[in-house]
Amino acid sequence: MKILVPVKRVIDYNVKPRVKADGTGVDLANVKMSMNPFDEIAIEEAIRLKEKGVATEVIAVSIGVAKAQETLRTSLAMGADRAILIQTDEEVEPLGVAKLLAKVQEEEGAGLIILGKQAIDDDSNQTGQMLAALLNLPQGTFASKVEVEGDSVSVTREVDGGLETVKLSTPAIITTDLRLNEPRYASLPNIMKAKSKPLAQKTPADYGVDISARLETLKVVEPPKRSAGIKVADVDELVAKLKAMGVAA
Amino acid sequence: MKTLVWVEHEGGAVKDATLSAVTAAAKLGEVHLLVVGEGVSAVADAAAKIAGVGKVHVADDAAFGHALAENVAPLIVELMGHHDAFIAPATSNGKNIAPRVAALLDVMQISDILSVESDDTFTRPIYAGNAIATVKSKDAKKVITVRGTAFEKAQRDGGSGTVEAVASTGDKGLSSFVGAEIAKLERPELTSAKIIVSGGRALKDGPTFEEVIFPLADKLGAAVGASRAAVDAGYVPNDYQVGQTGKIVAPEVYVAVGISGAIQHLAGMKDSKTIIAINKDEDAPIFQVADIGLVGDLFKVVPELTGKL
Repeated sequence: MKILVPVKRVIDYNVKPRVKADGTGVDLANVKMSMNPFDEIAIEEAIRLKEKGVATEVIAVSIGVAKAQETLRTSLAMGADRAILIQTDEEVEPLGVAKLLAKVQEEEGAGLIILGKQAIDDDSNQTGQMLAALLNLPQGTFASKVEVEGDSVSVTREVDGGLETVKLSTPAIITTDLRLNEPRYASLPNIMKAKSKPLAQKTPADYGVDISARLETLKVVEPPKRSAGIKVADVDELVAKLKAMGVAA
Repeated sequence: MKTLVWVEHEGGAVKDATLSAVTAAAKLGEVHLLVVGEGVSAVADAAAKIAGVGKVHVADDAAFGHALAENVAPLIVELMGHHDAFIAPATSNGKNIAPRVAALLDVMQISDILSVESDDTFTRPIYAGNAIATVKSKDAKKVITVRGTAFEKAQRDGGSGTVEAVASTGDKGLSSFVGAEIAKLERPELTSAKIIVSGGRALKDGPTFEEVIFPLADKLGAAVGASRAAVDAGYVPNDYQVGQTGKIVAPEVYVAVGISGAIQHLAGMKDSKTIIAINKDEDAPIFQVADIGLVGDLFKVVPELTGKL
């Protein structure tokens, strides 16, 4: 069984995003970029399934600028077998990404497609669900545990208030949540090896998919700032404040 | 505009998240509700009483018992034949189902909206709330999820909606529900709590976390939350996590105990009305957003506070 893992190049999660002064977006010039953390978890899960003998091949795919190659190389260094870059300078929305991925899946026929539940830049949390819809496949979103059993897969999901387990027929779409696994670091020998693994270059036009944006971003602003308040000297003063607020009797 | 709102319910009751979604929908025009599940007539009756609600569509079928997206999305798509927008609260169900509906309608979803600016323009957080984008949808129909903390809750009574049964679209046979482990809540739920007491990595370990945080939370009638660091360290389960990768909360009072205030955590709680921080490091970033700060050793200060309340 093949596993397809879409990955996205995003601002590194330790970097504080800065809104551009002209309100057109977030300043990404000279900012450290990394693989979306949830996608790292997706790659890790796919590699583990290959190590267990469940999967035969792990294919990483990214849609984005030429530099998204770096993200794909990271996937290859972690253990993916080959990569596909669908190169575009346009910002592609989740719906467009899902349409492109559906075309890739038509060619690849993967048994599982594992995606991050959301990207930490646009925070949409849509692509996996949309891809499942377009392919008419089942979806196991926000996964904290994945078990492949013959031609079905059990997915334990992080839901409001706890966990829920669903059984899906394969092929299936899975989106990862934080506790699914802890992604490995690529070793230096594997980083070197990744340089010679195959990376196919494509464009959205190759797939005949219209990726024009449906949402127009009118402006991007900073959220209202909170200013620091007061410091109290001791517990008694804090208790008095809480009483004044009506929080404590 | 005619909007169809997903009713989030549990144990026969309409959940608060639904009420916020109704408020958002009312800004677009006529509000219709959709109650999906098995044996949900009581939920439908309760939903019909929500202020401002018109029709309540009810799809009662075993295939809908666990709100599986594969079964529910085709039903919603059918109902969208005569609605202009679909709005779901950004709950796990809403987040799971709405994008599937959007793709089937060939619509780009607008996730987690904070405000309705006009029929087609909304604000939503990006970069974990470090930026707010105003977006305009060019799609004829809208699919939207709503951040519950950003909208007032509609009144649970005063409405006189009419309940109308909808034919089931059946089980699509793609997925099935196996089981659930829903944590038994002895305290209020995080996302709807008025007061939250959260603990960070400084709490040392699981038993210490419980010993220090739980009594204070119980004194205040508060929900218990935790930073990602505390969850990663295994003190408490993931459903306690407040932050960019956990739950987004905005209670009246948020008490952060032994939490330094990483960007990731602030993203999940900085819309709280009053933030109280207790930390031994007076330079901790949490104090930059806190309304009331107390610098001190939490192992002394918190039990003292619990005792004096």
